[in-house]
Amino acid sequence: MFKKLSTGVAVALALTAGSAHAAGAGGKVTDYDFSFEGLFGSYDQMQLQRGLQVYTEVCSACHGLRYVSFRNLADEGGPELPADQVRAYAKNYEIWDPTLLDGEGDFREAAWADQFPVVTSAAAPDLSLMAKARAGFHGPYGLGINQFVQGMGGAEYIASLLMGYEDPPSCAPDDFDGSYNTVFAAGGYPAECLDENGEHKYPGSWIGMSQPLWGDDVEYEDGSDASQEALSKDVAAFLMWTAEPKLNDRKRAGFVGIAILGLLAILLFFTNKALWAPVKRRVKEQA
Amino acid sequence: MGGIPHDHYEPKSNFTKGMEKRLPVIGLLYDTLMIPTPKNLNWMWIWGIVLTFCLALQIITGIVLVMHYVPHEDMAFASVEHIMRNVNGGHMIRYFHMNGASLFFIAVYLHIFRGLYYGSYKAPREITWIIGMLIYLLMMGTAFMGYVLPWGQMSFHGTAVITGLFGAIPFIGESLQIWLLGTPNGAVGNPALNRFFSLHYLLPFVIAGLVIVHIWAFHTTGNNNPTGVEVRRTSKAEAEKDTLPFWPYFVIKDLFALALILVVFMAVVGFMPNYLGHPDNYVEANPLATPSHIVPEWYFLPFYAILRAFTADVWVVQIANFLTAGIIDAKFFGVLAMFGAIAVMALAPWLDTSSVRSGRYRPQFKIAFWLLVADFIFLMWLGAMPAEEPYASLSLVGSTYWFAYFLVILPVLGITEKPTAEPTTIEEDFKAHYGKSSGSSATPAE
Repeated sequence: MFKKLSTGVAVALALTAGSAHAAGAGGKVTDYDFSFEGLFGSYDQMQLQRGLQVYTEVCSACHGLRYVSFRNLADEGGPELPADQVRAYAKNYEIWDPTLLDGEGDFREAAWADQFPVVTSAAAPDLSLMAKARAGFHGPYGLGINQFVQGMGGAEYIASLLMGYEDPPSCAPDDFDGSYNTVFAAGGYPAECLDENGEHKYPGSWIGMSQPLWGDDVEYEDGSDASQEALSKDVAAFLMWTAEPKLNDRKRAGFVGIAILGLLAILLFFTNKALWAPVKRRVKEQA
Repeated sequence: MGGIPHDHYEPKSNFTKGMEKRLPVIGLLYDTLMIPTPKNLNWMWIWGIVLTFCLALQIITGIVLVMHYVPHEDMAFASVEHIMRNVNGGHMIRYFHMNGASLFFIAVYLHIFRGLYYGSYKAPREITWIIGMLIYLLMMGTAFMGYVLPWGQMSFHGTAVITGLFGAIPFIGESLQIWLLGTPNGAVGNPALNRFFSLHYLLPFVIAGLVIVHIWAFHTTGNNNPTGVEVRRTSKAEAEKDTLPFWPYFVIKDLFALALILVVFMAVVGFMPNYLGHPDNYVEANPLATPSHIVPEWYFLPFYAILRAFTADVWVVQIANFLTAGIIDAKFFGVLAMFGAIAVMALAPWLDTSSVRSGRYRPQFKIAFWLLVADFIFLMWLGAMPAEEPYASLSLVGSTYWFAYFLVILPVLGITEKPTAEPTTIEEDFKAHYGKSSGSSATPAE
């Protein structure tokens, strides 16, 4: 009874978890390797710093990071910039301070404790949580098993999307809005590129954002690889950190919790065995 | 109290004697903890402790979360991010609370199916069962309202869909929906967020009260056990052959099981805390952008599948529509079916006609029961699928079996089935299991 039911529950959870994400006809998300994957994975500080540079020089023109504070850049487990560099970095941003000019409000240089400004000019989504708000791996058949093995894949999705720009298929009219992206699922799609059943002939859709990364868009001080793929992965890793800044802490807590509870379980197992032994022995003797 | 004969608390010191005369709380605790418990309980009897733990975990983590959460449509989402980023340990507390809900429902489903298999709902435990069903309904209400609070896309649009169900009730539906949501146009907004927050804080304490009554009820009738055979009550000596006191035998056993389950829970919270969640809920609620695919949390999926199964082209729906002159339309029929699916489960004590309590001695019932478990999992999967073929037809098949199990199979099997031999006493069952020379297993019975 117990085994059958528990197996049932395990199957049910594997079936339903993430099956919710089955909808959408996105292209193939590449399973890039990231340092923070797996049980022992943690953020690569240097990669986060490089990703911050890509964000600053490319993405920040249109996208905000409203839930991240500048001081977080110095946090343990993050890019861990020295405090003076964080203060200097914050000065690159202007934020609205409603207390200035006797309550009329004015812009001022951002400081240590401020959050990244909200950017609304290009109607582009905020990126703070993007890596948790998108799932890279679905199915198969809504079974969620891919996610169980590969993780949610938000960072992989971001990197794949940045790598997913291609020349539009010839069926598309030249003046169709947006850029063709093989990974983006939620964009427009020209009627000319549908087959007789109304299905998409090509993966992905047309995204509002024109291709942001081409390779060598930024120059890394340490001379790291600045190919399109390397930049995409760096910024995706950085955005995973902005979405889940406490990942390293959380995994550590996971290990400590499992160790303590595991030890408790072992002690209770032997306590339970010792406690029941005389009861069972008595039965055996009578039999 | 009736129940199984056993030793009651005898105060010894002057203080406890005085206390017992004035407020017999020590005696109450003693009798509760030392309650005679059938010694053949197997590992499916641990879920009660797990559920009690879950309730405590949710209340404690919830109280801490409330200290930092802001129930306002403009600030709720940001305040959750504040908890995740700035509150010390806040990210762990929130992940505990989030995944604690899932553990709660895993445990309650196993607890319910255990009751269904071993006939724990049958006389004289009908009241325990009914209170349990009330607790389950309140849990669903609480979980639903809690899911609204982070004010993400799925929170918002899920609320719109579910509260829209009330709009399907004939005559009063529309007014009811407006009254529930507190906005003149029946839209989800700040008033809904505020009242759901208030009720999400209140209902767990109502559940706690019902849990006490639930325990009181089965402490009066005594626990059921895998054989379904009652503890002998003619004398204390006889009762003691069938039972052991709850403390320490079952407390330690249950705590061991709980510790093991928490190892798994900790692994989920530590390494995959968002696995059972939905990515869309990390996007702040936006009334103008509806997600392409609105799905409830996993624990609602079987009943969500039943809700969606009854579309306008199903013949029972058409008949109902015709007979009621259009008052029961497909949407309302779906709502009735969803609540009906839980109602028939609550009526199990009166639908099951078998005089044998435990499914262990009912060969045909066993098949029907395991089909019900499979059906439940099947419906759960279907609930997560988009509303299109073949899922709609399959949902109808799954829903039909759910109702057939309670309304047809349980009443009929009790009359037609030939049960196998039950042991006469619990002692006999326990001996049969551990009396064997090979039996060195640490598992009591089964």
